[in-house]
Amino acid sequence: MPTFGTAQLKLLERLTNVIAVSGDEGEVRKIVLEEIKPHVDDVRVDALGNVLATKQGRGAKRERVRVMLDAHMDEVGFMIVADDNDGIYRFETVGGIDARHLVGKQIFVGRERTAGVIGGKPIHLMENDERTRKVPVDALRIDVGLTGKAKIGDRAGFATQFRRVGPSIMAKSIDDRIGVATLIDLLKNAPANIDLCVAFTVQEEIGLRGAKVAAQYFNPDMGIAVDSTPAHDLPVYNGDENISYNTRLGLGPAIYVADGSTLHDARLVRFLQEVAEAESIPFQIRQPGGGGTNSGAIQKALAGIPTVSVSVPHRYTHSPISISRVDDWKNTINLLHAALKKITPSLLAVR
Amino acid sequence: MTDILPFLKSIISVSGLSGHEAPVAKLIREKWDTLVDETSLSRVGSLHGLKKGSGKEPRPSIMIATHMDAIGMMVSKITDGFLHIAKVGGIDVHVLPGAPVTVHANSGDELPGVIVMPSAKLLPEEAGSGALEIQYLLVDTGLLPREVERKVRVGDLVSFANAPWELAGDVISGHTLDNRASVAALTICLEELKNKSHVWDVWAVATVQEETSYLGAYTSAFGLRPQIAIAVDGTFAKGPGADGWHAHPLGKGVGLCIGPNMHPFLHTKLKDLADKLEIPWFMDVAPSHSGTDAYPIQVAAEGIPTALVEYPLRYMHTPVEMVAVKDLQRVGRLLAEFIASLEADFLEKIVWEDK
Repeated sequence: MPTFGTAQLKLLERLTNVIAVSGDEGEVRKIVLEEIKPHVDDVRVDALGNVLATKQGRGAKRERVRVMLDAHMDEVGFMIVADDNDGIYRFETVGGIDARHLVGKQIFVGRERTAGVIGGKPIHLMENDERTRKVPVDALRIDVGLTGKAKIGDRAGFATQFRRVGPSIMAKSIDDRIGVATLIDLLKNAPANIDLCVAFTVQEEIGLRGAKVAAQYFNPDMGIAVDSTPAHDLPVYNGDENISYNTRLGLGPAIYVADGSTLHDARLVRFLQEVAEAESIPFQIRQPGGGGTNSGAIQKALAGIPTVSVSVPHRYTHSPISISRVDDWKNTINLLHAALKKITPSLLAVR
Repeated sequence: MTDILPFLKSIISVSGLSGHEAPVAKLIREKWDTLVDETSLSRVGSLHGLKKGSGKEPRPSIMIATHMDAIGMMVSKITDGFLHIAKVGGIDVHVLPGAPVTVHANSGDELPGVIVMPSAKLLPEEAGSGALEIQYLLVDTGLLPREVERKVRVGDLVSFANAPWELAGDVISGHTLDNRASVAALTICLEELKNKSHVWDVWAVATVQEETSYLGAYTSAFGLRPQIAIAVDGTFAKGPGADGWHAHPLGKGVGLCIGPNMHPFLHTKLKDLADKLEIPWFMDVAPSHSGTDAYPIQVAAEGIPTALVEYPLRYMHTPVEMVAVKDLQRVGRLLAEFIASLEADFLEKIVWEDK
């Protein structure tokens, strides 16, 4: 198995520190292209901005399954929508952000990464009922300082910087830069038995748009969406057992069985578990339920594509700071490396 | 004028929550030691810097009070490695979810952490979809539960950890600018006084526990027994969430506050001086209580004539409070000029205009 360590973590640090709000993924695309170019047979940037890379296997073509891997480059964030003068701007959220994460946060605005903040009303000026009421986005403003300038249409994102803490990573946009970094690692160590079709996709957070066209371009035999799924493994307020954890940090890669849009291909779900068991790699089954990944788009593309989804769990999704465990990521990469090597046409035989 | 920004950034980069001001007091003392004749700590931890005047003894003294304590949180309980927290001072719960913090662990470690909202399914229905009350929020340090249990204890402090953030237009944002920006303004004043003669003694004071009980101002005013005093604090700057009569433009000058906490004679003197020096200022009003150290100083001992000088501060009590450096320079200069203008018999001139 390829070694895992500082190189991967450094790459993840670079990827999580840049901002790539859905529709404006350039900063991540630049890093992806730079990283993968020496390692692929073909790479293109398509009409939506997806990076689509191919690494051919060796051996007889009919023995080589075309495997599409997907990770989305985009993240949730903001767009400047109106100028209120004196460095103060109105904004809208892009993707699913809980407005309760916004008050009092530092952000970067636009390609120039202009420093800004989202402020809040002083508590001294609040009526009693305001103190517990949620502040809606349209009551908030981005402030870039008295002489600061932003442009309408500029994207903005949290200014969080990556850090390692004990067994964990604290960063913004672990969802899904950790998937992007995983795919880069898989491409650098591509197995010879399959044709690897790797899609670094755009606009997942606003409707799985990039993955749909990427699947149509590649026309793969099967697909694996590599993403990051929420872990709600916190204590219940009254001490009850937590039965709605989705996933838990520290238990390994989360294999999807069923989510809000997709019943994942049963052959592939079983296959991944068998590989994990054979290689003694810890894994967990993500609790069936709502939510979803690019699997939902890939599975329904063309005449249908068998698809599964594997995620690195993270806590505090779509917030300024998410937390993942380094070991969960390492085990996800190891599981995928091992699984790709074992894919043969018989895996997809219709019984 | 000296560049105050490096010093201001250094004092908003350390903690010093109400009742635990030592980390910031140390930094301020190092700075003031270069600017005053002597420094000392009061019995409750306020920092006193004495800059002696040129008048003959016994000299009258003026106290300039700037509070150095910060609002923050405290660990109230630990569950499975997650920390429950309680408020220290006037914390607005809206700013907490997603805020980076430092846990000042009993073990001596400073643990980075983040304040988090559990998902709705883990909360009672009445917690609702509004702003979550602090009892439902947790701090995650990224460490495994056994390590958290080993290092952290109930009562450990949790402070905001976002770094100072410089914005366009000579504006700085960060936590605890309320009221370390005043400490910076007073420091500017002391630097100005190096090149000025003043008759009166000057007590530069960084008070403790303003945010919780005014402990420092009560006790330092009593202990030092100045003849007059000026409290320096932030007032609301106009901006998102603050546009009523309370709020004043950021970067446009010094606030001179009137109201029952402030002595009208001192207020008038400061106004006249600002006009003379062409320092832009605005009138601020506190109809009953100013909510600043001006109150505890005013009622210390047998009563002390006190003024309140302010700088506009945006987003008060959030981790992204914002001030214009220019305003702090104006406050510092006005204080220095006022001190230099005090004649030996100034006290006898303080009169009530009740005719």
